[in-house]
Amino acid sequence: MNKQEFLDKLRAGLSGLPRQDVEERLAFYAEMIDDRTEDGLSEAEAVAAVGTVEEIVAQVLAETPFAKLAVERVKPKHRLKGWEIVLLVLGSPLWLSLVIAAVSVIFSLYAVLWSLIVALWSLFGAFVGGAFGGLLGGIVLALTVNPPAGLALIAAGLVLAGLSILLFIGCKAATAGIVWLTKRILLGMKNALLKKEEIQ
Amino acid sequence: MDIQLKRGLLDVCVLAAIKDEDSYGYKIIKDMKPYIQLSESTLYTILKRLETAAMLTVRTAEHGGRLRKYYRITPAGKRRIEEFKGEWQEMVSIYRFVTKEDTDE
Repeated sequence: MNKQEFLDKLRAGLSGLPRQDVEERLAFYAEMIDDRTEDGLSEAEAVAAVGTVEEIVAQVLAETPFAKLAVERVKPKHRLKGWEIVLLVLGSPLWLSLVIAAVSVIFSLYAVLWSLIVALWSLFGAFVGGAFGGLLGGIVLALTVNPPAGLALIAAGLVLAGLSILLFIGCKAATAGIVWLTKRILLGMKNALLKKEEIQ
Repeated sequence: MDIQLKRGLLDVCVLAAIKDEDSYGYKIIKDMKPYIQLSESTLYTILKRLETAAMLTVRTAEHGGRLRKYYRITPAGKRRIEEFKGEWQEMVSIYRFVTKEDTDE
């Protein structure tokens, strides 16, 4: 790949960033390639030495905050004309409520996921409480008024204790899963925002 | 290595690379190469961060018919290097403590 091909590919990959950021980065890589050719490398070698476009885009993606990408996505590419501003203002009851609705949906999905986790852990807490209660109550009952009922209660407590261990493993896995899923979704959304030109 | 820790260390490395004279991207990478491998994109991020923190200034100058960016350290950047030397003593103490049991055996 020659220098121009590399820069063109990189420009396409970074198209979701603010224009000035893209130009600055491209100038930086162009300088790096030129300095390497000056140092005696061939153009192809110099391009290969600065890394692949995919690597660079992946790193930019990880470093750029989600909000910056989102703002750049909705920002108009040219100065708004008078009638466009009028339309935006007149249409605001419509698009503003749509935006609010979309944000609310995303937020509620997120809340549902986390409520699920809270519910699971509460269940775990109830099991542990039941196990302790059963064991203590069973011992007291067995030593005092009703030994058979006390033994049954102890047995129930032990079963609950066993179940809560299993539940703990499940809860931990579910929490880790949700955290992982949340990160994946964020990265996926960033990716979609950064490469908007390719999508359209 | 822990990302936060490495990031801080690399910042100081780049400052050290421009400590004595102004330098440019490729030269910084070349000067650091015998000690630590640094990718272009990582260097770009570090330079941006140091510029925002006013630890270096950037100027563009012509070189062989094209433009090249030169980076110059600021007093704040020099202070950061000195700070790092102090912090390093602390790091060495922590390291000694962490590996204490290995040497006791």
